[in-house]
Formats: sequence, C-alpha cells, structure tokens
Amino acid sequence: MQKTSDVAQLAAITKAMRRTVLQMITEAGSGHPGGSLSAAEIVVTLFFDVMRHDPANPKWPDRDRFILSKGHCCPILYAVMAECGYCPKDKLMTLRKLGSPYQGHPDVRFLPALEASTGSLGLGLSLGLGMALAARLNGGKSRSYVVLGDGEIQEGQVWESAMAAGFHRVDNLVAIVDYNQIQLDGFVKDIMELEPLADKWRSFGWHVVEAYGHDIAALQNAFGEASSMKGKPTCVIAHTIKGKGVSFMEGNPKYHGQAPTREECARALQELA
Amino acid sequence: MPAKTKYELPLGAATREAFGKALVELGRENPNVVALDADLSKSTYTAAFAKEFPGRFVECGIAEANMIAIGAGLASSGKIPFAASFSVFAMNKGFEQLRVTAAYPNVNLKVVGTHSGISIGEDGPSQMSVEDLSLACSLPGFTVLCPADETAMIELVKLAAAHVGPVFIRAGRPKVAKIYEAGRQFKIGESIELVEGSDVTLIATGLLVAESIRAAEALESEGISARVIDFPTIKPLDREAIARAARETGAIVVAEEHLVDGGLGVRVAQAVAEMHPAPMEFVGIQNTYAESGTPEQLLDKYGLLARDVAAAARRVLKRKR
Repeated sequence: MQKTSDVAQLAAITKAMRRTVLQMITEAGSGHPGGSLSAAEIVVTLFFDVMRHDPANPKWPDRDRFILSKGHCCPILYAVMAECGYCPKDKLMTLRKLGSPYQGHPDVRFLPALEASTGSLGLGLSLGLGMALAARLNGGKSRSYVVLGDGEIQEGQVWESAMAAGFHRVDNLVAIVDYNQIQLDGFVKDIMELEPLADKWRSFGWHVVEAYGHDIAALQNAFGEASSMKGKPTCVIAHTIKGKGVSFMEGNPKYHGQAPTREECARALQELA
Repeated sequence: MPAKTKYELPLGAATREAFGKALVELGRENPNVVALDADLSKSTYTAAFAKEFPGRFVECGIAEANMIAIGAGLASSGKIPFAASFSVFAMNKGFEQLRVTAAYPNVNLKVVGTHSGISIGEDGPSQMSVEDLSLACSLPGFTVLCPADETAMIELVKLAAAHVGPVFIRAGRPKVAKIYEAGRQFKIGESIELVEGSDVTLIATGLLVAESIRAAEALESEGISARVIDFPTIKPLDREAIARAARETGAIVVAEEHLVDGGLGVRVAQAVAEMHPAPMEFVGIQNTYAESGTPEQLLDKYGLLARDVAAAARRVLKRKR
C-alpha cells in the first residue's frame, strides 16, 4: 500500500471507498450504510496516513491497533483493509454471504487481520485499552485507535473503560466518536441525549479534540494532537453526517440499517462519480 | 469429633489462596503473565502478585465487564492475563464480554472466579456463584477447571497459563481438605480416580471431592464398593473415564457445589446417555438460591455433604439392574 498525507489523495480514496461500501451493501441486500459513510474519512485517514501498520506483516507486534467498536459499520473497514492489501478486493461483494471473510460484523475467525471481533456495542474501548496497556508494558510505540458510534456510548461499559483509561493515564489510546447524531430508532438527542459530550469525556480524564469528521486535514490535526498528548488518552469527537456523500441518505435515519435498492445505489454512485 | 477416616483428609489452604500463590510463581517465571482485578485483590489473592509486579497488575475498579474485555485486549496483544473476581461477578457481569471478546475470537484469557458455590457462607446468595460452571461450559472453546484442593489449583493454574486459549478456573473461599500430595501431576481433560470401587461410581468436583471420598468410606462399611473420581476439568470432559465407570460399575452419582441444572452432572449424563446408559443420581443445589449461614450449615441444609452423596449412591443402586 502507498501511504499518503496528501489531503486530495486521501479524499479521492475516501470517495472510492464510499462507492465500494454502497456496492457491497447493495449486493448483500442488507447492512448499515449510514454509519459506514459517516466514518469514511476517519477510517481512511487512519489507515492511509496516521497509523503505523504494514499489510505485508499484519501481525507486526509494534503496529498500531484499529478497533471498529461500532462493528455494524464494517463495510467501510473491509473496503479500506482490502484497499490496503490486508484481504482480497475481489471478495468484497461477498459481504454477509456464507463463508465470506466479510461477515456481517467483524469476525477475526474469518478475517485474521482484524484486531478484534466486534458487533455487540460497548466492548471495543475496553479491548483497545487492553491493547494499549500491553504496548505500554512492552515499552513499544503502538497506539490503539477505537472508533465508537455515538449511540454506542449509551452503553455503560464505554464509561467503565473511559474511567479506567483516564485513571491509568493511557496516552497511547485514542477514542473517536463518530458523532453522526442518528441511531437505529431515530435521532440520538431524542433517544438518549449525549450532551454535553466533550465535558463528559474531559471529566473522565480525557483530552478532547473536536473536529468536523469529513475534513481530512482537521482529522489529521486531531490525531497529531492526540499523539503529542502525554499523560491522558484523547477522544476525538468527530462531527459527522450520517449517510455522508449520498444526498438522499444524509441525515436520514432510514439508512442506518437499510440497504439501498439497486436503483438507489445507481443514483448514489452517480453522485459519487 | 468426627471419627478418624481411612482416607486422611487434613485441612489445607483455600483454593483461592493457592491460586494467589501460583500466580506469583507464574509471574516470576513468565514476564508475559499479567493480572487484573476489580477491587477484590485481597479476597481473590491477586494482591501478592500486585505487590511483587505492580507494573503488570491492572486495577480495574469495580467494573468487571470492563476488566474482562481489557483482559481480552491484553491477550490479543500477546500477554497471558489472569482476570480475577468473585466468580459470580466475573461470570455474570462479564458474560457477554467473555462471549464476544474471549470465546468467539478464541483469545488467550484466563478468568479466575473465586468465592464459588454456597460455601462462602454469611454473605448470602447475591455473592454465591452457583451457575458459573454452566455459563463457562456454554462458551465454545473455553476450558473449564475446578480444582478440589490447593495442590490441584497450583498445578492447574500452571497448566492454564501454558494452554493457549480461554480458560475459566473456579476457586472457593473456605479452607478445604487436602486431597493430593504437593507436586502431583495433572493434565487438562484428565480425571483422577481416587478410590477404587466396583458397585457404583461417585464423580465429583471441587468441594464435593472430599465429601465423596468420605461417602465412599461410609458405603464401604455397608459392603458397597464405591469408586471415586475427581473431575478437575469440567470441559473438555473425560468421557473415557465416564464410559468406563458406567460400564464397570453400572451406576453413577455426580456431586458438585453448583446448581444441578447445567453443571458437571448434566455434562456427565450426556456422556453416559451417548456412550453407555446407566442409572444416575445428582447431588447439587436444587433449582433454588441459598441464604446466609455458616458454610457448614449451608452445606448441610442444601444437601452437599458426604451423607447426601452416600444417600444418592444407595438410591442409584436400587435402580441398577
């Protein structure tokens, strides 16, 4: 894979990944397009620019770890990992099919290059914390990046791990909240309001950076700030748009967990041409 | 004063204490061994490890679910984590985490549940783990261990550390009878015949091993020859020993400090049904939660003494053809 810090190149990759995600989910006939599209810049920026990793040596012990705690948004992770060379591109369209490496939620048994099996919400930050603690014990440089859904952080365990990471001053741990404002049943603010979100993380001992999650340069700055932060874990609150990039999906709760029809997919791909 | 028994069973250390001792030894031998606890290190005996290896001990506070998943993260990065709590909290509060972050990705996490069963006594049922074996055995890929005494615990902790894959180890609060000489060798998945016998087999685990040995002695005085087998491993099950017992003695009693639903008994019954059907009886806690009391009072009230094992043996013998 070719890593790059060039914002235009990263944006081009992101657009291609959005197209792949939509095709994958359409082909599968089910899945979660909205949160894959909202997290696209985050995942691309991490894999193609920020993280220290090597697809030719996926189990390099000192690599950075990426955990998609909101496991239902795995299409974007699969598309990006395949683009990096971790797994076959030509099987991406087998998403959710029997025997596919691209299971409905990330499963290390089928895709060993994944760092964790996720899908049940609320578990990933604890896993990332464990991996970050292991890196600290080893005296290595490895950092853990955990992408959380906004709805997901209604789970109590997220705050157990947030408290523990703050208390133990785990500064090689980064949580990224994909704050797209929508969860399955509707708008987050109507189901279980999270605000004041930044204050919550700060009160748990975290450094907080807020960024527009579709601004690659802003994300690069946020991750850079996280890397230089000593003595505190960092939470990047990424303000995003659910369904970003497809006009009829943007901000529409319907596309949290519904595949586009073939016609809708065609329209979406035109918009992302 | 109870009469002196033929099989000497002097009182030894609690299995939780033996776990703490074994963990420190492991820590000295292997720098990859780490420990996690959730504010119970003085009770689970991980405190000695924490004192000797403060950098390798992760205090998780009172947050067992988080502890299990942090442990899984450490294991995924090559550590050999032992996460300890009261069994009731580790298994019940951490079950989903055990399922998703340990069992299903087959992560090298070791979970130690202390204060299992009802022999914790006065604290009562909210602290009593009577379904932990059932929960642990229901997790694909898990190895489930239930040592009967301190020697068994020390050896099985070592074996658990050497085994690659998730392991649950059940430990108890009270001091328990010594069954084994120090240094006795164990193997994961292997049961141990402690008393030879030909009329009936008493299969037991944990605290009920000593009670079953005492039951065998009482039965012997009535002319009944009872075989006693300790099952320190609940999963994978030693099916060979079970088939042999069914074939050679034709009647089986299973005794455990656990609900009869879902514990060792039903697992043995499945093996017996599949390999050599024979009448069986089950000694355990019967579809209820216990209460506060001394351990002795509770074991008496809930039917987990040698007397109860012997009575079950007499019942099963009446059904033997």
